[in-house]
Amino acid sequence: MSDAQPVLAVRELTKVYGEGPTAVHALAGVDLDLEAGELMVLLGPSGSGKSTLLNIMGGLDSPTAGEVRFRGETLTAFSEGALTRYRREAVGFVFQFYNLIASLTAEENVALVTEIAERPMKPREALALVGLEKRAHHFPAELSGGEQQRVAIARAIAKRPEILLCDEPTGALDSHTGVLVLEAIERVNAELGSATAVITHNVGIAAMANRVVSMADGRIVETRVNAERVRAEALSW
Amino acid sequence: MRLVSALDAKLLRDLRRLAGPAAAVALVIASGVALLVMSLSALSSLQSTMDAYYDRARFAEVFAPVKRAPERLAERIADIPGVRTVETRVVGMATAEIEGFGDPVTALTLSLPETRAPRLNALAMRSGRAPAPGRTDEAVLLEPFAEAHGLRPGDGLTVLMNGTRRTLRVVGTALSVEHVYAIAPGGLMPDPERFGVIWMGRDALAAAWDMEGAFNSVTLGLVAGVEPRAVIERLDALLAPWGGTGAIPRADQISHWFLTNELAQLRTQATVLPTIFLAVAAFLANTVLARLIETERREIALMKAFGYSNLAVGWHYAKLALAMAGLGVLAGWLLGSGLGRWNTELYGAHFRFPFLEFRPGAPPYAISAAASLGAALFGALFAVRRAVVLPPAEAMRPPAPDRIRVDLPDAALRALDSPTRIILRAVLRTPVRAALSTLGIALAVAVLVLAMQWRTSIERIAISHFEESQRQDVILGFAELRPSEARFAVGRLPGVMAMEPLRITPADLIGPRATHRGAVTGMPQGAELQVLAGADGRARAIPEGGVVLAEMLAEKLGLAPGDAIRIEVLEGARPVIETEVVGLVDGYIGMTATMDLSALNRALGEGPRFEYASLLVDPAQEAAFLKATTRTPMISMVLVKRAAKEKFDETLAETILIFIGFFVAFAGALAMGVVYNAARIALSERGRELATLRVLGFTRGEIAYILLGETALLTLAAIPLGWGLGWGLVKLMASAFETELYRIPFDVPPEAYGWAAVTTVAAATLSGLLVRRRLDRLDLVAVLKTRE
Repeated sequence: MSDAQPVLAVRELTKVYGEGPTAVHALAGVDLDLEAGELMVLLGPSGSGKSTLLNIMGGLDSPTAGEVRFRGETLTAFSEGALTRYRREAVGFVFQFYNLIASLTAEENVALVTEIAERPMKPREALALVGLEKRAHHFPAELSGGEQQRVAIARAIAKRPEILLCDEPTGALDSHTGVLVLEAIERVNAELGSATAVITHNVGIAAMANRVVSMADGRIVETRVNAERVRAEALSW
Repeated sequence: MRLVSALDAKLLRDLRRLAGPAAAVALVIASGVALLVMSLSALSSLQSTMDAYYDRARFAEVFAPVKRAPERLAERIADIPGVRTVETRVVGMATAEIEGFGDPVTALTLSLPETRAPRLNALAMRSGRAPAPGRTDEAVLLEPFAEAHGLRPGDGLTVLMNGTRRTLRVVGTALSVEHVYAIAPGGLMPDPERFGVIWMGRDALAAAWDMEGAFNSVTLGLVAGVEPRAVIERLDALLAPWGGTGAIPRADQISHWFLTNELAQLRTQATVLPTIFLAVAAFLANTVLARLIETERREIALMKAFGYSNLAVGWHYAKLALAMAGLGVLAGWLLGSGLGRWNTELYGAHFRFPFLEFRPGAPPYAISAAASLGAALFGALFAVRRAVVLPPAEAMRPPAPDRIRVDLPDAALRALDSPTRIILRAVLRTPVRAALSTLGIALAVAVLVLAMQWRTSIERIAISHFEESQRQDVILGFAELRPSEARFAVGRLPGVMAMEPLRITPADLIGPRATHRGAVTGMPQGAELQVLAGADGRARAIPEGGVVLAEMLAEKLGLAPGDAIRIEVLEGARPVIETEVVGLVDGYIGMTATMDLSALNRALGEGPRFEYASLLVDPAQEAAFLKATTRTPMISMVLVKRAAKEKFDETLAETILIFIGFFVAFAGALAMGVVYNAARIALSERGRELATLRVLGFTRGEIAYILLGETALLTLAAIPLGWGLGWGLVKLMASAFETELYRIPFDVPPEAYGWAAVTTVAAATLSGLLVRRRLDRLDLVAVLKTRE
């Protein structure tokens, strides 16, 4: 299932906030590979460093030490402009609170990304992937939380990203709606082959992953490969 | 114990956090306040200076010229009921020769009593002393005249009086209450280089002007509360047999008249414009604060959830609004007071007072503070009210986005990219707010249009006067009426290429609505050197019979073409001319009544005569010409138009353009304040969306486009609206500024619109750049973890 080279290679990654005795080590030497096409779940309690790791992998934050390599290029040495280009072309983000643009319809929210991507799918196609083609003309305020999150997923994957990063995608949703969202993530991971990392502190979600990485105190404490993946529709919590 | 309550601590931190918007609100308010304080304090200072000076110097209340009246008539004048003080004197127009100064210098010579101080119109000595009794060669000069030529006590001065050259010794300089605005007859602006006043002892002047035992000018002080009208009637009757040409009340005295006109104009400037400005500033402060507080919705809900009363919440935000507005008021007061003092001094340079009282008075401060704080408070409380009426739980959620009522047409939607859609929908979803911001910017544009066209209007007046109406190079005035043959003598002066006679006869012009004490101008048929020019710049034909009135004069008298007019001539045999108004001329300057010169001479029962001459002079021989005029007896006045025009331009540059500069600066500040706050508030409302877009891979430039695009759109929409409002404002001001001296042409040149737009766009761009700097520092990580 793995290529010769991982999509993202994280090495000795350290992130320290503050200085001196009050310094907080959010990441304390993390090594991790994100392989092409895999679905990885990052588990851990609040403050374990998983969001910091995801932010650095997504080019939103810079580490104190260590490096991240994207297809062999050192991401952590990228300029501001190069990071913007990286996010624009290679990464899809899904946030806990959807972060849709209120004044754009579902379809237009997706178009926002397809307009600036290199070889995007049609916005309608992306919405169909998450089962929302019939809600294309609705504004975010007219959609339920789960629907909004699926629009956010459609927006994230419409550019056919190599990497899909989801930060607590079900955090604001109930179990039933959360499952619908996870189904959508599972489907795009399978159909587009985007290397997907899902952050959650919900242990129940781990069963759908190829690989489960557990973090605590800024370190990876366990890496587990699921011999058998459970389909998202079978999950509940 | 805590020194500051938690809520007040929040207030202080809010103020620090909102330093940018607070500064913008303060800037807008300070502009309005400063302008009002500046204008009103200059006005009240000049007014109180004038009153105090008039009182101290015993400024006369009635002035009467007469050809030659025996001194004993003074006793009969003193017997007129209501007269308290009589002062007779000898006056005459002389020309002065000043070494190294080629242009002709006209001087008014005025007598001082030999052995006592004048009872009226006391001189304020600035240096030296008054002429000693019996010294016929001693003279006191009007200070600005002496300064213009570097003359000091001890210096000599040659004058040509009544055809005789005399050398005088300067013994002092003085300012005079009669010559606060020292203007030559026929001039538009004081020109101390070319017009001066010379005081000498009565005996010396009586000898020079053949007035021994007689006087040719009398001034009166009246008993308090006496109307000058009745006194003037009796005085005119007493003086008529001796060649009185009509007494005038103080209101028509030339210096006073200019001074009061200027004050009236300043009053318009000080009330109309700053009121508009303050209203705009108050309105902007109101909308800005309302928007600012809308962004505090969640905090308000939280305070309520903690149990704070609506009143407590309201007072908290009222204090925030008052702090921001108060800062502006304070800054405006300081700036306005400083500028007001400066402005008063600027006027002091044109209106020569021996002292200046800077009396700003409380009203401008109180009015500006009440208007600004009131408007800010109103805006803040209105917004707070909207927030506190909601149940806390609801208010803690972001406001439900309005359902789009009007959306863009499908074709447009398809043609636009998403960022542009975001911009357009933001405007469509909050139409009221967008309209208010647009209106705010438009008002700044309007004030700019007004400021920018001002100069054009005044230049238009100058062109109408100096080029379209007066086409001569020089106007000569004669001490007495000259017979027609004298024109040949004038024509023989070196360099004279053309000559036209002119007569200006003092007269009362009487219509059904009013009587105007002015003059009738007689112009020859086919005149080319001085013509009747209309607002369009074209010359009107001089009718063979009847009189042509300036529109403003016809309006004052209540006359229209075809109506009969009564003209009571105030000189010579004092005939009454009953004639017809045959036309109106819509020029910008003066209250003119014009007749054919021959017809005027006939009506006066005199042969062909003139007392002024318009000349074209060969520029190569100008110096020789001017030298000759100073040696020609009977020439009492030489007005060189080139010099008058230069003086006009110079004065314009010193006063009006500076004032316009302030308007442009303040209006620019206004536009900047509005745009900055619109963009800043949009940033606080959209920060999350914009950060999300950055995460999604949008560049800084692309999100700046979304944020500033909306502001740019509103600014562009505001410009044509502001042009329209500016047009209306100019119209309003043109009618508010009309005086008897001139009216302001209603003329907005295209470049006024252009510059107003350019200035607004520049102010908006500057604001945009300031906000853009914040945009570049958006925290991309924080936005992912926070709920809307």
